[in-house]
Amino acid sequence: MSRKLLLEHDHVPGINTYAVYRQMNGYASVEKALKSMTPETVLEEVKKSGLRGRGGAGFPTGLKWSFLAKPPGVARYLVCNADESEPGTFKDRYLMERIPHLLIEGMITSSFSLGARTSYIYIRGEYYYVANILEKAIEEAYANGWLGENILGSGFSHDMHVQIGAGAYICGEETALLESLEGKRGNPRIKPPFPAIAGAWGCPTVVNNVETIAAVVPIINEGGEAYSKIGIGKSTGTKLISASGHINKPGVYEIDLGLPVEEFIYSDQYCGGIKGGRTLKAVVAGGSSVPILPAELILKTAKGEPRLMSYESLGDGGFLTGTMLGSGGFIVMDDTTSIVKNLYTFARFYHHESCGQCSPCREGTGWMEKILHKILDGHGTLADVDLLWDIQGKIEGKTICPLGEAAAWPVAAAIRHFRAEFEEYVTNPQSIKDVKHYYRLHNLQPA
Amino acid sequence: MTKKPEFAPETLALARKLMKRYPEGKHKSALIPILHLAQAEFDGWLSPETMDYVAAILNIQPIEVYEVASFYSMFNLKPVGKCHLEICRTSSCWLMGAEDVVAHISKKLNIKEGETTPDGMFTLKTVECLGSCGTAPVMQVGATYFENLTLEKVDQLLETMKSEGKRRSYTDKVQSSNI
Ligand SMILES: Cc1cc2nc3c(=O)[nH]c(=O)nc-3n(C[C@H](O)[C@H](O)[C@H](O)COP(=O)(O)O)c2cc1C
Ligand code: SF4
Ligand code: FES
Repeated sequence: MSRKLLLEHDHVPGINTYAVYRQMNGYASVEKALKSMTPETVLEEVKKSGLRGRGGAGFPTGLKWSFLAKPPGVARYLVCNADESEPGTFKDRYLMERIPHLLIEGMITSSFSLGARTSYIYIRGEYYYVANILEKAIEEAYANGWLGENILGSGFSHDMHVQIGAGAYICGEETALLESLEGKRGNPRIKPPFPAIAGAWGCPTVVNNVETIAAVVPIINEGGEAYSKIGIGKSTGTKLISASGHINKPGVYEIDLGLPVEEFIYSDQYCGGIKGGRTLKAVVAGGSSVPILPAELILKTAKGEPRLMSYESLGDGGFLTGTMLGSGGFIVMDDTTSIVKNLYTFARFYHHESCGQCSPCREGTGWMEKILHKILDGHGTLADVDLLWDIQGKIEGKTICPLGEAAAWPVAAAIRHFRAEFEEYVTNPQSIKDVKHYYRLHNLQPA
Repeated sequence: MTKKPEFAPETLALARKLMKRYPEGKHKSALIPILHLAQAEFDGWLSPETMDYVAAILNIQPIEVYEVASFYSMFNLKPVGKCHLEICRTSSCWLMGAEDVVAHISKKLNIKEGETTPDGMFTLKTVECLGSCGTAPVMQVGATYFENLTLEKVDQLLETMKSEGKRRSYTDKVQSSNI
């Protein structure tokens, strides 16, 4: 593969310190932006780069920035979404822990473009120790004149703070995140108004993912056009993929978008193939919310073309035969895996994380968890499988935020592609005993 | 706890500093960070007295603290052991054997999920994805992530924690993890 843009220096000893980061050309984008560019020309480069939000939705970043309202005399904010709670995703943690200054640099350059005097990094509570790493890096940035008043004599001043969460997946949803930042429960807001008009404390706010903000650094250093040439079609640039599950080399990989899925799974440069030489059964390619695909459909599209790691190729076939790039949380399952039990862990997750404001989500997630439990308990019926299908179809489009949909899609896809397994469990409950760890449903000890 | 909760002077100073990070009049935003400090300082959980104390510092209604403390899963509204063993149970960790880890600890400590050992040392809890799926199975205890767990590793960790006998908090200063 070609050069890495974000993780190029992730293994340089001491790269988490200011001194080493600076030696590796760190803070060059701030220098360039503040000394030779305007907020508008920075925005132009981001637009040209074709960068799309790395938090999951893939919305064009330049376009999002251009929606930011700029009423005179009103503060604007940049808020970094470091909530990273989508099961299967751990890239932001890796980036922040290894190269904290890269995020801080991206935050300063982006804030300059957005005209934000203050920015916040909202980080999930479990990452408390990472928050401490960021705090320390921010201190170093202040001490070296990259934060504070009149940075580099440019007239641009900026303050940055880390805000800690306390364990709630829903706070990754941008309006719930803003509620949480304001010291409240993480209940998503009804949109509109969008954060770009009324965000943090009612002021215009841009919320971007950690990786999105970090990508602004190479975009400014090397130009939006150079960035847009990496990747394929509208999937420009590189993407951090969190790879986990039954593979030989789990970890965070920076890939050029457009890499064939097959190469990603089997090449020694990436996942290194399936653990123990077993065969691939299924992949959840973009975090728990995206449709699971069986081996044949993740490696090749329904048309028989090689599936690529890009927004478009993974999405090819829609939800019938395709999936989504999402957050890049790539979970690999071998042929021993129970798809029903895996789905149960997701259903339990969404039920646990539903904020409870909308009945279809609050009740639907609980109901789906219960039915899956019943099936795994050996008491399911064919009617239960149909009921699951029915419930998931009644959540989409009927809720305040997309968590309800995120809970429904995995259920739909598992039944769509693995119905036979569900039917086997309900018609031949004895077969469930082959499921690894089935005993855990009852809090029993292993036999 | 019979004594009225009161932060050590340094913690109070830190709380006051946190409150200045927000726009004028928006210091309620410091609620969650301050609740973390309170939980760490007052025995690992948030009693009604502790929450009232935090409300007073922020000059907000106690209900504003209760509703937040009860929403977020990292805040304990009941006493917990000195070492709160939080084991991830979601997909990737499940695939890599998290349930064996939970069953092993449960058997070894003779407690079920949600329970605390009689000596007040350990509480067992399963949690959702910790963002450590590539180093599954994983357990968080205070600020520390213990990754790539094996049953042998777990045995060792429990021994170490027990012999140290100290409370572990999210706010502890720890070195980076092993990812
Ligand atoms: C339930 C839910 C959870 C989300 N969790 C995250 C998250 O952990 N991190 C993240 O960056 N975006 C998350 N998002 C997406 C954000 O709402 C938002 O789109 C994103 O932060 C925008 O940044 P981007 O454009 O840079 O991707 C989540 C969305 C939903 C609906
Ligand atoms: S969809 Fe679910 S998580 Fe989102 S606002 Fe409604 S109840 Fe809350
Ligand atoms: S699934 Fe356990 S850390 Fe992500």
